Amino acid sequence: MTLDVAWAIDWVRRSAATVKEHREELIELDRQIGDGDHGENLNRGFTAVVGKLDALESPPGDVGEVLKLVATTLMSTVGGAAGPLYGTAYLRAAKAAAVPELDANGVVAMLEAALEGIVARGKATTGEKTMVDAWTPATEAAVAAADEGAAPAAVLAAAADAATRGAESTIPLVATKGRASYLGERSAGHLDPGARSTELILHAAAEAAQ
Amino acid sequence: MSETANRAEVALVLVSHSRDLARGAAELAGQMAPGVLLLPVGGTADGGIGTDFDGVQAAIEQGTADGGSVVVLTDLGSAVLTTESVLEFLDDEVQARVSLADAPFVEGAAAAAVTAHGGAHRKAVLDAAEHAGHTFAPHPDAPPPDAPPKPTTGEQAPLDDGVARAQVTLRNKLGLHARPAAVVARMLAGYDAKVRVNGVNAASVLELMKLGATEGHSLTIEAEGPQAQAARDALVDAVESGFGEL
Repeated sequence: MTLDVAWAIDWVRRSAATVKEHREELIELDRQIGDGDHGENLNRGFTAVVGKLDALESPPGDVGEVLKLVATTLMSTVGGAAGPLYGTAYLRAAKAAAVPELDANGVVAMLEAALEGIVARGKATTGEKTMVDAWTPATEAAVAAADEGAAPAAVLAAAADAATRGAESTIPLVATKGRASYLGERSAGHLDPGARSTELILHAAAEAAQ
Repeated sequence: MSETANRAEVALVLVSHSRDLARGAAELAGQMAPGVLLLPVGGTADGGIGTDFDGVQAAIEQGTADGGSVVVLTDLGSAVLTTESVLEFLDDEVQARVSLADAPFVEGAAAAAVTAHGGAHRKAVLDAAEHAGHTFAPHPDAPPPDAPPKPTTGEQAPLDDGVARAQVTLRNKLGLHARPAAVVARMLAGYDAKVRVNGVNAASVLELMKLGATEGHSLTIEAEGPQAQAARDALVDAVESGFGEL
Protein backbone atom coordinates (compact mmCIF):
# COMPACT_ATOMS: atom_id res chain seq x y z
CA MET A 1 0.00 0.00 0.00
CA THR A 2 1.59 3.24 -1.14
CA LEU A 3 0.46 6.84 -1.48
CA ASP A 4 0.22 8.23 -5.00
CA VAL A 5 -0.60 11.45 -6.84
CA ALA A 6 -4.32 10.97 -6.22
CA TRP A 7 -3.59 10.86 -2.48
CA ALA A 8 -1.51 14.03 -2.72
CA ILE A 9 -4.30 15.87 -4.53
CA ASP A 10 -6.85 14.61 -2.03
CA TRP A 11 -4.57 15.77 0.81
CA VAL A 12 -4.42 19.26 -0.69
CA ARG A 13 -8.20 19.45 -1.15
CA ARG A 14 -8.83 18.17 2.38
CA SER A 15 -6.29 20.70 3.71
CA ALA A 16 -8.13 23.50 1.96
CA ALA A 17 -11.45 22.26 3.33
CA THR A 18 -10.24 21.95 6.93
CA VAL A 19 -8.50 25.33 6.85
CA LYS A 20 -11.70 26.88 5.53
CA GLU A 21 -13.76 25.11 8.18
CA HIS A 22 -11.43 26.27 10.97
CA ARG A 23 -10.78 29.71 9.54
CA GLU A 24 -12.57 31.55 12.36
CA GLU A 25 -10.86 29.44 15.02
CA LEU A 26 -7.40 30.15 13.56
CA ILE A 27 -8.20 33.84 13.34
CA GLU A 28 -9.29 33.87 16.98
CA LEU A 29 -6.21 31.92 18.14
CA ASP A 30 -3.97 34.33 16.26
CA ARG A 31 -5.88 37.33 17.56
CA GLN A 32 -5.09 36.22 21.12
CA ILE A 33 -1.30 36.10 20.66
CA GLY A 34 -0.51 37.40 17.16
CA ASP A 35 -1.92 39.73 14.57
CA GLY A 36 -5.08 37.77 13.81
CA ASP A 37 -4.43 37.05 10.15
CA HIS A 38 -3.40 33.38 10.21
CA GLY A 39 -6.84 31.92 9.41
CA GLU A 40 -7.53 34.46 6.70
CA ASN A 41 -4.09 34.15 5.10
CA LEU A 42 -4.01 30.38 5.11
CA ASN A 43 -7.56 30.13 3.79
CA ARG A 44 -6.71 32.50 0.95
CA GLY A 45 -3.58 30.47 0.18
CA PHE A 46 -5.24 27.07 0.09
CA THR A 47 -8.20 28.42 -1.86
CA ALA A 48 -5.71 29.62 -4.47
CA VAL A 49 -4.01 26.20 -4.47
CA VAL A 50 -7.30 24.44 -5.19
CA GLY A 51 -7.98 26.93 -7.98
CA LYS A 52 -4.64 26.06 -9.57
CA LEU A 53 -5.27 22.33 -9.19
CA ASP A 54 -8.65 22.72 -10.89
CA ALA A 55 -7.02 24.62 -13.74
CA LEU A 56 -4.36 21.98 -14.47
CA GLU A 57 -4.71 20.57 -17.96
CA SER A 58 -2.95 17.31 -17.19
CA PRO A 59 -2.52 15.61 -13.81
CA PRO A 60 0.86 16.06 -12.06
CA GLY A 61 3.37 13.31 -12.78
CA ASP A 62 4.42 12.65 -9.21
CA VAL A 63 3.70 13.53 -5.59
CA GLY A 64 6.45 16.12 -5.59
CA GLU A 65 4.81 18.08 -8.42
CA VAL A 66 1.62 18.42 -6.41
CA LEU A 67 3.54 19.62 -3.36
CA LYS A 68 5.58 22.07 -5.44
CA LEU A 69 2.35 23.61 -6.74
CA VAL A 70 1.26 24.05 -3.12
CA ALA A 71 4.66 25.55 -2.21
CA THR A 72 4.75 28.18 -4.94
CA THR A 73 1.11 29.14 -4.48
CA LEU A 74 1.27 29.47 -0.69
CA MET A 75 4.48 31.44 -1.00
CA SER A 76 2.82 33.95 -3.32
CA THR A 77 -0.55 34.22 -1.63
CA VAL A 78 -0.25 33.68 2.13
CA GLY A 79 2.04 36.54 3.09
CA GLY A 80 3.37 37.19 6.58
CA ALA A 81 5.64 34.57 8.10
CA ALA A 82 3.30 31.64 7.45
CA GLY A 83 3.72 31.92 3.65
CA PRO A 84 7.50 31.43 3.62
CA LEU A 85 7.35 28.84 6.43
CA TYR A 86 4.69 26.63 4.85
CA GLY A 87 6.01 27.41 1.37
CA THR A 88 9.47 26.18 2.32
CA ALA A 89 8.02 23.14 4.11
CA TYR A 90 6.12 22.09 0.96
CA LEU A 91 9.05 22.91 -1.31
CA ARG A 92 11.46 20.73 0.69
CA ALA A 93 8.78 18.05 0.97
CA ALA A 94 8.30 18.22 -2.81
CA LYS A 95 11.99 17.60 -3.40
CA ALA A 96 11.94 14.64 -1.00
CA ALA A 97 8.80 13.21 -2.60
CA ALA A 98 9.68 13.50 -6.29
CA VAL A 99 8.40 9.97 -6.95
CA PRO A 100 5.08 8.59 -8.27
CA GLU A 101 4.32 6.75 -5.02
CA LEU A 102 5.44 7.00 -1.40
CA ASP A 103 6.03 4.03 0.85
CA ALA A 104 6.35 4.40 4.64
CA ASN A 105 9.96 5.55 4.43
CA GLY A 106 9.01 7.96 1.68
CA VAL A 107 6.38 9.50 3.95
CA VAL A 108 8.99 9.86 6.71
CA ALA A 109 11.47 11.47 4.31
CA MET A 110 8.79 13.91 3.16
CA LEU A 111 7.87 14.92 6.71
CA GLU A 112 11.51 15.21 7.77
CA ALA A 113 12.22 17.45 4.80
CA ALA A 114 9.25 19.66 5.67
CA LEU A 115 10.40 19.99 9.27
CA GLU A 116 13.92 20.71 8.12
CA GLY A 117 12.62 23.50 5.88
CA ILE A 118 10.62 25.08 8.69
CA VAL A 119 13.56 24.93 11.08
CA ALA A 120 15.92 26.34 8.44
CA ARG A 121 13.56 29.21 7.64
CA GLY A 122 12.15 29.99 11.08
CA LYS A 123 15.29 29.28 13.14
CA ALA A 124 12.99 27.93 15.84
CA THR A 125 13.39 24.88 18.02
CA THR A 126 10.91 22.99 20.21
CA GLY A 127 9.48 24.69 23.27
CA GLU A 128 9.30 28.14 21.67
CA LYS A 129 5.54 27.95 21.01
CA THR A 130 5.63 27.68 17.23
CA MET A 131 4.57 25.21 14.56
CA VAL A 132 7.86 23.39 15.23
CA ASP A 133 6.22 22.09 18.43
CA ALA A 134 3.69 20.22 16.27
CA TRP A 135 5.97 19.24 13.37
CA THR A 136 8.75 17.78 15.53
CA PRO A 137 6.71 15.19 17.47
CA ALA A 138 4.80 14.41 14.27
CA THR A 139 8.02 13.62 12.44
CA GLU A 140 9.40 11.62 15.37
CA ALA A 141 6.18 9.60 15.57
CA ALA A 142 6.34 8.94 11.82
CA VAL A 143 9.93 7.69 12.16
CA ALA A 144 8.96 5.39 15.02
CA ALA A 145 5.91 4.03 13.17
CA ALA A 146 7.89 3.38 9.99
CA ASP A 147 10.65 1.69 11.98
CA GLU A 148 8.04 -0.69 13.36
CA GLY A 149 6.90 -1.55 9.86
CA ALA A 150 3.70 0.50 9.73
CA ALA A 151 2.00 1.16 6.39
CA PRO A 152 2.09 4.73 4.98
CA ALA A 153 -1.46 5.47 6.14
CA ALA A 154 -0.60 4.39 9.68
CA VAL A 155 2.61 6.44 9.59
CA LEU A 156 0.57 9.51 8.72
CA ALA A 157 -2.03 8.71 11.37
CA ALA A 158 0.72 8.47 13.98
CA ALA A 159 2.17 11.77 12.78
CA ALA A 160 -1.22 13.50 12.89
CA ASP A 161 -1.98 12.27 16.42
CA ALA A 162 1.45 13.38 17.61
CA ALA A 163 0.88 16.78 15.98
CA THR A 164 -2.33 17.12 18.00
CA ARG A 165 -0.47 16.42 21.23
CA GLY A 166 2.33 18.72 20.13
CA ALA A 167 -0.10 21.54 19.36
CA GLU A 168 -1.76 21.11 22.76
CA SER A 169 1.66 21.21 24.39
CA THR A 170 2.05 24.81 23.20
CA ILE A 171 -0.80 26.04 25.43
CA PRO A 172 1.22 26.56 28.65
CA LEU A 173 4.34 27.72 26.81
CA VAL A 174 5.66 31.27 26.80
CA ALA A 175 6.49 32.21 23.20
CA THR A 176 10.13 33.03 22.50
CA LYS A 177 9.96 33.00 18.67
CA GLY A 178 7.61 34.61 16.22
CA ARG A 179 5.06 37.34 16.65
CA ALA A 180 3.66 35.92 19.92
CA SER A 181 7.05 36.43 21.59
CA TYR A 182 6.29 40.16 21.69
CA LEU A 183 3.73 39.31 24.39
CA GLY A 184 6.24 37.50 26.61
CA GLU A 185 4.59 35.86 29.65
CA ARG A 186 1.13 36.87 28.43
CA SER A 187 1.44 34.41 25.55
CA ALA A 188 1.09 31.49 28.02
CA GLY A 189 -2.35 29.86 28.20
CA HIS A 190 -3.05 30.06 24.45
CA LEU A 191 -2.77 27.46 21.72
CA ASP A 192 -0.29 28.47 19.02
CA PRO A 193 -2.17 29.04 15.73
CA GLY A 194 0.69 27.74 13.56
CA ALA A 195 0.85 24.53 15.59
CA ARG A 196 -2.92 24.22 15.27
CA SER A 197 -2.87 24.66 11.48
CA THR A 198 -0.04 22.11 11.26
CA GLU A 199 -2.22 19.67 13.17
CA LEU A 200 -5.14 20.28 10.79
CA ILE A 201 -3.01 19.78 7.70
CA LEU A 202 -1.41 16.57 8.96
CA HIS A 203 -4.82 15.16 9.88
CA ALA A 204 -5.94 15.97 6.33
CA ALA A 205 -2.95 13.95 5.06
CA ALA A 206 -3.86 11.00 7.27
CA GLU A 207 -7.54 11.11 6.31
CA ALA A 208 -6.68 11.22 2.62
CA ALA A 209 -4.66 8.04 3.12
CA GLN A 210 -7.52 6.09 4.71
CA MET B 1 22.63 60.87 -15.08
CA SER B 2 25.42 59.98 -17.45
CA GLU B 3 26.77 57.40 -15.02
CA THR B 4 23.74 55.18 -15.57
CA ALA B 5 25.27 54.28 -18.92
CA ASN B 6 28.01 52.64 -16.92
CA ARG B 7 26.07 50.50 -14.47
CA ALA B 8 27.75 49.13 -11.39
CA GLU B 9 28.21 45.36 -11.40
CA VAL B 10 26.12 44.86 -8.26
CA ALA B 11 22.45 45.81 -8.03
CA LEU B 12 20.60 46.29 -4.74
CA VAL B 13 17.15 44.90 -3.99
CA LEU B 14 15.51 46.74 -1.09
CA VAL B 15 12.73 44.71 0.54
CA SER B 16 10.46 46.45 3.01
CA HIS B 17 7.01 45.89 4.52
CA SER B 18 6.11 49.35 3.28
CA ARG B 19 6.08 50.56 -0.31
CA ASP B 20 7.00 54.07 0.77
CA LEU B 21 9.84 52.90 2.97
CA ALA B 22 11.38 50.83 0.16
CA ARG B 23 11.04 53.67 -2.31
CA GLY B 24 12.42 56.17 0.19
CA ALA B 25 15.47 54.04 0.90
CA ALA B 26 16.07 53.67 -2.84
CA GLU B 27 15.69 57.40 -3.31
CA LEU B 28 18.18 58.13 -0.55
CA ALA B 29 20.73 55.54 -1.69
CA GLY B 30 20.23 56.55 -5.31
CA GLN B 31 21.17 60.09 -4.57
CA MET B 32 24.41 58.88 -3.01
CA ALA B 33 25.16 56.32 -5.72
CA PRO B 34 23.45 57.14 -9.02
CA GLY B 35 25.33 54.47 -10.96
CA VAL B 36 23.73 51.59 -9.10
CA LEU B 37 20.57 49.75 -10.11
CA LEU B 38 18.29 50.05 -7.05
CA LEU B 39 15.17 47.92 -6.99
CA PRO B 40 12.73 48.75 -4.19
CA VAL B 41 10.07 46.15 -3.35
CA GLY B 42 7.77 47.39 -0.61
CA GLY B 43 4.43 46.20 0.70
CA THR B 44 2.08 43.58 -0.61
CA ALA B 45 1.00 43.39 -4.24
CA ASP B 46 -2.18 45.33 -3.42
CA GLY B 47 -0.26 48.12 -1.68
CA GLY B 48 -0.78 46.98 1.92
CA ILE B 49 1.80 46.41 4.63
CA GLY B 50 3.65 43.12 4.13
CA THR B 51 6.09 41.47 1.78
CA ASP B 52 5.41 40.25 -1.72
CA PHE B 53 7.08 36.99 -2.76
CA ASP B 54 6.46 37.50 -6.48
CA GLY B 55 7.68 41.09 -6.33
CA VAL B 56 10.91 40.13 -4.57
CA GLN B 57 11.45 37.30 -7.02
CA ALA B 58 10.93 39.62 -10.00
CA ALA B 59 13.33 42.21 -8.59
CA ILE B 60 16.06 39.65 -7.95
CA GLU B 61 15.58 38.24 -11.45
CA GLN B 62 15.84 41.73 -12.90
CA GLY B 63 19.00 42.47 -10.90
CA THR B 64 20.69 39.21 -11.89
CA ALA B 65 19.74 39.41 -15.56
CA ASP B 66 22.72 39.60 -17.93
CA GLY B 67 24.97 37.90 -15.38
CA GLY B 68 24.82 40.69 -12.79
CA SER B 69 24.88 40.10 -9.07
CA VAL B 70 22.61 41.35 -6.31
CA VAL B 71 22.79 42.25 -2.65
CA VAL B 72 19.41 42.23 -0.89
CA LEU B 73 18.60 44.40 2.12
CA THR B 74 15.48 43.81 4.18
CA ASP B 75 13.63 45.40 7.03
CA LEU B 76 11.67 43.31 9.56
CA GLY B 77 11.10 39.55 10.18
CA SER B 78 8.99 38.26 7.33
CA ALA B 79 10.90 40.34 4.76
CA VAL B 80 13.89 38.16 5.63
CA LEU B 81 11.79 34.99 5.48
CA THR B 82 10.30 35.97 2.14
CA THR B 83 13.71 36.80 0.66
CA GLU B 84 15.25 33.56 1.91
CA SER B 85 12.36 31.67 0.37
CA VAL B 86 12.80 33.42 -2.96
CA LEU B 87 16.48 32.46 -2.89
CA GLU B 88 15.54 28.84 -2.25
CA PHE B 89 13.35 28.81 -5.36
CA LEU B 90 16.07 30.28 -7.64
CA ASP B 91 18.29 28.19 -9.87
CA ASP B 92 21.59 27.45 -8.13
CA GLU B 93 23.49 29.37 -10.77
CA VAL B 94 21.48 32.54 -10.09
CA GLN B 95 21.38 31.97 -6.33
CA ALA B 96 25.18 31.97 -6.31
CA ARG B 97 25.11 35.58 -7.47
CA VAL B 98 22.78 36.86 -4.74
CA SER B 99 23.61 37.74 -1.13
CA LEU B 100 21.18 38.63 1.65
CA ALA B 101 22.71 41.23 3.93
CA ASP B 102 22.28 41.12 7.70
CA ALA B 103 22.28 44.88 7.95
CA PRO B 104 20.17 47.84 9.03
CA PHE B 105 17.88 48.75 6.14
CA VAL B 106 18.60 52.40 5.54
CA GLU B 107 22.21 52.62 6.65
CA GLY B 108 23.00 49.32 4.95
CA ALA B 109 21.38 50.39 1.69
CA ALA B 110 23.30 53.63 1.64
CA ALA B 111 26.66 52.05 2.47
CA ALA B 112 26.16 49.19 0.01
CA ALA B 113 25.08 51.54 -2.77
CA VAL B 114 28.11 53.73 -2.33
CA THR B 115 30.45 50.76 -2.39
CA ALA B 116 28.70 49.26 -5.43
CA HIS B 117 28.91 52.59 -7.20
CA GLY B 118 32.68 52.40 -6.89
CA GLY B 119 32.64 49.21 -8.97
CA ALA B 120 33.09 46.79 -6.09
CA HIS B 121 32.22 43.10 -6.31
CA ARG B 122 29.32 41.50 -4.44
CA LYS B 123 31.31 40.44 -1.36
CA ALA B 124 32.64 43.94 -0.81
CA VAL B 125 29.17 45.43 -1.22
CA LEU B 126 27.76 42.91 1.23
CA ASP B 127 30.55 43.69 3.65
CA ALA B 128 29.84 47.39 3.42
CA ALA B 129 26.16 46.82 4.22
CA GLU B 130 26.90 44.53 7.13
CA HIS B 131 29.35 46.91 8.72
CA ALA B 132 26.96 49.83 8.42
CA GLY B 133 25.44 49.32 11.84
CA HIS B 134 24.76 46.80 14.56
CA THR B 135 23.96 43.21 13.73
CA PHE B 136 20.34 42.26 14.39
CA ALA B 137 20.36 38.52 13.84
CA PRO B 138 22.76 35.70 13.02
CA HIS B 139 23.59 35.72 9.35
CA PRO B 140 21.73 32.88 7.61
CA ASP B 141 24.82 31.80 5.67
CA ALA B 142 27.25 32.03 8.56
CA PRO B 143 29.17 28.81 9.21
CA PRO B 144 28.83 27.20 12.64
CA PRO B 145 30.74 29.47 15.01
CA ASP B 146 33.13 26.79 16.20
CA ALA B 147 33.90 25.24 12.83
CA PRO B 148 37.70 25.24 12.65
CA PRO B 149 39.10 26.65 9.41
CA LYS B 150 41.34 23.69 8.69
CA PRO B 151 39.48 20.46 9.45
CA THR B 152 41.30 17.25 10.18
CA THR B 153 39.93 13.74 10.07
CA GLY B 154 39.92 11.03 12.68
CA GLU B 155 42.41 12.75 14.94
CA GLN B 156 41.80 11.74 18.51
CA ALA B 157 43.12 13.66 21.47
CA PRO B 158 44.61 11.71 24.37
CA LEU B 159 42.20 10.76 27.12
CA ASP B 160 43.07 12.41 30.38
CA ASP B 161 39.82 13.91 31.64
CA GLY B 162 37.34 11.10 31.01
CA VAL B 163 36.10 12.76 27.84
CA ALA B 164 36.41 10.76 24.63
CA ARG B 165 37.09 13.23 21.86
CA ALA B 166 37.39 13.11 18.12
CA GLN B 167 37.36 15.46 15.22
CA VAL B 168 35.88 14.39 11.92
CA THR B 169 34.95 16.07 8.67
CA LEU B 170 31.54 15.60 7.11
CA ARG B 171 31.86 13.81 3.79
CA ASN B 172 28.31 13.62 2.47
CA LYS B 173 27.11 16.66 0.57
CA LEU B 174 24.18 17.64 2.76
CA GLY B 175 25.98 16.85 6.01
CA LEU B 176 23.83 16.72 9.12
CA HIS B 177 20.47 17.25 7.43
CA ALA B 178 17.35 15.65 8.84
CA ARG B 179 17.98 12.02 8.00
CA PRO B 180 21.58 11.72 9.26
CA ALA B 181 20.76 13.86 12.28
CA ALA B 182 18.00 11.42 13.12
CA VAL B 183 20.37 8.49 12.49
CA VAL B 184 22.92 9.97 14.89
CA ALA B 185 20.38 10.75 17.59
CA ARG B 186 18.81 7.31 17.35
CA MET B 187 22.19 5.54 17.25
CA LEU B 188 23.50 7.34 20.33
CA ALA B 189 20.39 6.42 22.29
CA GLY B 190 21.85 2.90 22.38
CA TYR B 191 24.90 3.96 24.39
CA ASP B 192 25.29 4.89 28.03
CA ALA B 193 27.07 8.12 27.19
CA LYS B 194 26.42 11.83 26.88
CA VAL B 195 27.68 13.00 23.52
CA ARG B 196 28.10 16.54 22.23
CA VAL B 197 28.79 17.57 18.66
CA ASN B 198 30.21 21.08 18.27
CA GLY B 199 28.92 21.77 21.74
CA VAL B 200 25.31 20.73 21.18
CA ASN B 201 23.52 17.68 22.49
CA ALA B 202 23.96 14.95 19.86
CA ALA B 203 20.80 13.22 21.08
CA SER B 204 18.72 16.11 19.78
CA VAL B 205 17.84 15.95 16.10
CA LEU B 206 16.94 19.62 16.04
CA GLU B 207 20.12 20.77 17.75
CA LEU B 208 22.16 18.79 15.25
CA MET B 209 20.21 20.20 12.30
CA LYS B 210 20.59 23.72 13.60
CA LEU B 211 24.37 23.38 13.37
CA GLY B 212 23.83 23.76 9.63
CA ALA B 213 26.90 21.56 9.12
CA THR B 214 27.41 20.40 5.54
CA GLU B 215 30.15 18.69 3.51
CA GLY B 216 33.61 19.80 4.59
CA HIS B 217 32.51 21.08 7.98
CA SER B 218 34.50 19.75 10.88
CA LEU B 219 32.67 18.18 13.81
CA THR B 220 34.14 18.13 17.29
CA ILE B 221 32.82 15.11 19.16
CA GLU B 222 32.97 14.90 22.95
CA ALA B 223 31.57 11.89 24.77
CA GLU B 224 31.31 11.23 28.49
CA GLY B 225 30.04 8.28 30.49
CA PRO B 226 30.68 4.53 30.80
CA GLN B 227 30.39 3.91 27.03
CA ALA B 228 31.92 7.18 25.91
CA GLN B 229 34.61 5.64 23.71
CA ALA B 230 32.26 3.21 22.01
CA ALA B 231 29.73 5.96 21.35
CA ARG B 232 32.43 8.23 19.96
CA ASP B 233 33.81 5.49 17.72
CA ALA B 234 30.37 4.65 16.37
CA LEU B 235 29.71 8.30 15.60
CA VAL B 236 33.08 8.72 13.90
CA ASP B 237 32.36 5.67 11.74
CA ALA B 238 28.92 7.00 10.81
CA VAL B 239 30.29 10.40 9.82
CA GLU B 240 33.19 8.91 7.87
CA SER B 241 30.88 6.58 5.98
CA GLY B 242 28.88 9.66 4.98
CA PHE B 243 25.80 8.17 6.65
CA GLY B 244 25.49 5.85 3.68
CA GLU B 245 25.03 8.76 1.30
CA LEU B 246 28.38 8.58 -0.50
